[in-house]
Amino acid sequence: MNRRLKLFLPLAIFLSLCLMFYIALFRDNKGELPSALLDSPLPSFSLTTVKNPARTVTRDDLLGEVALLNVWATWCPACRVEHPYLVDLANKGVPIYGVNYKDDQPEARKWLKVLHDPYRFSINDQDGSLGINLGVYGAPETYLIDHQGMIRYKHVGIVDANVWKNDIEPKYRALVEQAQQSNSGENSSEADPS
Amino acid sequence: MRKVLIQSLLAFTALLFMGSAYATIDSYEFDNAAQEQQFFELTNELRCPKCQNQTIGDSNAPIAQDLRREVHRMVVDGTDNDTVIDFMLARYGDFVLYKPRWTGVNLVLWLGPVFLLLIGLIVVLMVARKHKTSVVNTQDAMPEEALTEEQEKALERRLQQFQSDEESGNPSSGEKEA
Repeated sequence: MNRRLKLFLPLAIFLSLCLMFYIALFRDNKGELPSALLDSPLPSFSLTTVKNPARTVTRDDLLGEVALLNVWATWCPACRVEHPYLVDLANKGVPIYGVNYKDDQPEARKWLKVLHDPYRFSINDQDGSLGINLGVYGAPETYLIDHQGMIRYKHVGIVDANVWKNDIEPKYRALVEQAQQSNSGENSSEADPS
Repeated sequence: MRKVLIQSLLAFTALLFMGSAYATIDSYEFDNAAQEQQFFELTNELRCPKCQNQTIGDSNAPIAQDLRREVHRMVVDGTDNDTVIDFMLARYGDFVLYKPRWTGVNLVLWLGPVFLLLIGLIVVLMVARKHKTSVVNTQDAMPEEALTEEQEKALERRLQQFQSDEESGNPSSGEKEA
């Protein structure tokens, strides 16, 4: 009996290899790298915005609310695909900040004018230095950052209704709730002495 | 003739080393040869996050250009290799290393092949051992299964019959031979 079972061992190994290859071959996110910056603070920066080159923004301008940080560029066709959905999200009240990654500024301004601007502001990352510090390796990329500026999630590729509902929204809602709790906690602790 | 052979051999060897030549054309300036060497080493060791089968020294992707620029900046600043590699690791994760670190889950990468090789060796040894014992067994079994006198005679008769058949019969092959 034992001997008989042994005969099936190669077949079992073969089948499990097949299963492994099958899963690996049809994975959706084959090229996707896990973000090394997950659960670490957003890198600091000091850059101007696309719409107003005289305005300098820093990391502090992104804090206070759970928000999305969307890396985009006019040379990136997939960014154009996801843009209408970002406008939808912004209309629903989701705070979105943009990182205009290595882009031509007049083109970028035109893009925001024609396709609408879902961003609170877009950071002009002309030489890609913020991109490198964020670990960006291809636009579009969307980061979910909490109210304290920690990176909580990273999505590489287009954000559409499907991605939002299944991947990002549950995490976003949880973080918003967390932020509210910690805020009320802070308020009550402040209120305690008085 | 010999000279030509040697020359072509040399040319061929030169071709072999072309793999390490740089596909990309940007010019970087270094303070000394050691820095240049360090830059080449690093850009050949770090993997481009976008084009995942190329080093950042090899790739033309914009991200690879940016990363080369960063590496150059750090090298000229006098940063040592470990710091540059840590910089990349912090941003892109273990993936950027063509030579995985000797830690954590990477150990599977390092030790997996050795482990599989060991299993292979054990299997080969076991099979060889089994084979050896079975050969010995057949030799032992030989005398018992030897033909009896009657069987041997019958065999000889058959063989003779077969030979004479071949000599007389089968005319077509006989003609060809003649």
